[in-house]
Amino acid sequence: MLNLEPGPSPKKPALESMLSELRHRGPDSTGFYLDEEIGLAHARLSIIDLTSGDQPIHNEDKTVWVIFNGEIFNYIELRKELEAGGHRFYTKSDTEVLVHLYEEHGESFPDQLNGQFAVALWDTRNKTLFLLRDRPGILPLFFTQQAGRLLFASEVKAILPCLKSAPRLNLHALDQLMTLWAPVSPETVFRDIYEVSPGELVTVRGGEISRHKYWDWTYPPDGEYRREPERLLAEELHSLLVDATRIRLRSDVPVGAYLSGGLDSSVLTSLIHHHGTVPLRTFSIGFDDRSLDESDFQKKLIDHLKAEHSSIQCGIFDIGETFLDTIWHTESPVLRTAPVPMRLLSGLVREQQYKVVLTGEGSDEALGGYDLFKEAKIRRFWAKFPQSKMRPLLLKRLYPYLDVSPGKAQSYLQIFFGQALDQPDLASFSHLPRWTTTAKSKELIRREVKEIITGDPIEAMLNTLPRAFRDWHPFNRSQYLEAKSLMAGYLLSSQGDRMLMANSVEGRFPYLDHRVIEFANRLPPKLKMKVLNEKYLLKLAAGRYLPGKIVARPKQPYRAPDIPAFFGGRTPAYVDELLSQKTIDDYGYFDPAKTALLVKKIKQGRAIGYRDNMTLVAVLSTQCWHYHFVENRGNRSVRGVVE
Amino acid sequence: MSFEKTLRSFILQNFLFTDDDSALSNSDSFLERGIIDSTGILELITFIEEQIGITVEDEEMVPENLDSIDNLVRFIGSKQSKDH
Repeated sequence: MLNLEPGPSPKKPALESMLSELRHRGPDSTGFYLDEEIGLAHARLSIIDLTSGDQPIHNEDKTVWVIFNGEIFNYIELRKELEAGGHRFYTKSDTEVLVHLYEEHGESFPDQLNGQFAVALWDTRNKTLFLLRDRPGILPLFFTQQAGRLLFASEVKAILPCLKSAPRLNLHALDQLMTLWAPVSPETVFRDIYEVSPGELVTVRGGEISRHKYWDWTYPPDGEYRREPERLLAEELHSLLVDATRIRLRSDVPVGAYLSGGLDSSVLTSLIHHHGTVPLRTFSIGFDDRSLDESDFQKKLIDHLKAEHSSIQCGIFDIGETFLDTIWHTESPVLRTAPVPMRLLSGLVREQQYKVVLTGEGSDEALGGYDLFKEAKIRRFWAKFPQSKMRPLLLKRLYPYLDVSPGKAQSYLQIFFGQALDQPDLASFSHLPRWTTTAKSKELIRREVKEIITGDPIEAMLNTLPRAFRDWHPFNRSQYLEAKSLMAGYLLSSQGDRMLMANSVEGRFPYLDHRVIEFANRLPPKLKMKVLNEKYLLKLAAGRYLPGKIVARPKQPYRAPDIPAFFGGRTPAYVDELLSQKTIDDYGYFDPAKTALLVKKIKQGRAIGYRDNMTLVAVLSTQCWHYHFVENRGNRSVRGVVE
Repeated sequence: MSFEKTLRSFILQNFLFTDDDSALSNSDSFLERGIIDSTGILELITFIEEQIGITVEDEEMVPENLDSIDNLVRFIGSKQSKDH
């Protein structure tokens, strides 16, 4: 906490109460720094320099102090340069490079970092605080102002003990989340509490707060791509991935890896196997529901790499029973139950005495893997000849269910996927079908709440686009929208960091090394998706390591059971209570009668669609959120009441 | 209950989650109002086939037959008169 105006200096008990909410993020040790203006508190998960790396850490004359969550992977190289320049280190930690880099480069010090980080750095000489987040948004950082003070923390729950009143739901952010999957940064679902956006440096000096974006996903103007032969580009990607993986194995504790059985994690585990210096240790999740389960592919690769492997089987009741507690960690409503199995998986990692895992997120965004990119490509191809009866039929290759659904009829294909077919240059073109479908989950929002919500979520998202967006190739535009909405706002947070840290496990993401992203962003789009062959260059670069069946395998999106988790034979008591007409009415976000009809439809076994599943999870998770953070103000000890 | 009432109550309860008759007029387009999506069409056709005992052929799956209460009533009426 930082005083923004003259007032009593921050006190340790207040910092201790904030820190007590973050024990799961840092169970190994705590540390404090206090002066007249600022109080810094840190909970440590020890990974590098176990003996002397405790934070806060300072520079030579103790005029610059830092606390940070995450890793600086290139700290060894940075330290060598800094020592050569005369800086003296008193620890072996990666943290210490931050204070010396700042002394050396001032406010541009983030440009030097290769890592994942949320940093608070305090310069006592000019009384300036810097809050900094990594480029793609792997580690979270939140802040708010209250009574002349700036409060900041890695999770919102640590801010809550300092607030005078219970937090309130940011209804605009809920509207955005139920359309785009996440609020538009820097908004959060907590009213008046903001995040430091991915790639942003927030500077606080003399009571003034200023924001500066030091990095963003950016692409060359259409046509100005790397021109080398694809073989050479594949080699360069391979070298970058080897190095991105190598520096992410730097650790003073053992490092494992997640293995889903898909291309990205298979490449990653193969890189560790072939280029790492430690035996490969892998972890995976299996589902009772065979249609969601990837165990056969996981086994194929484990046999191929001879890895030591552990897996956890996830049943529908595991999800239903742990969902309420999971929302305490996400601190946000969600539209799918998919975060829950990720939390069970990190629990398995921790149980096996590991606290660091490498994981494959980011490859689909950077290297072009998503079905949504294919869908947009087909829709653009169709838009060039809208009368064509054949062109939209390509969608059936993407969504085989269309072949057995009445939606296959031409007139319905036209309506479901033909949105904006006459406006292929629309900035939102690629994402419109997803966003309009997701927005259907808002049917149950209470009328009075709808009246308060102003502004269009899609417009809010489009307002954040950089000026150069229009000059980019349509494929790159869809990549940008994906990286900034779903990836940063949901995959890396509710389904990523929060599910890892719930069990004190750190995830590391080689595909999100900024060198990999910046290389990928300069590639011709056709090397990311060749016709409809996704992640083409990655397959060329790393296919050599994998059994052919894994390279040729169609992409399977990661999913978990939604409605069946709560109504598939056994309904947890908290679900009945939070969805009861009385609680729905008391919390005030949704229409009690409409909710009752949805529940009735579910209980009669008639809720089969994407929309009903998403609506149920959205309503239930919002109720869970209110229960934790408004009704109980984040106080976890009272959770037992409904569990 | 007439087809029309049965259909109305199905659409209202299953897609709009309401019993309020005024939420939908017989001529409202399900597509334009965003009431029905790709799985919604499947729900609707399953309902018609099970409740009313007709089969909807592939070529009949067009908005002219399925996109409003009025269209559905007309379509089902003509199917039934053909069957008898």
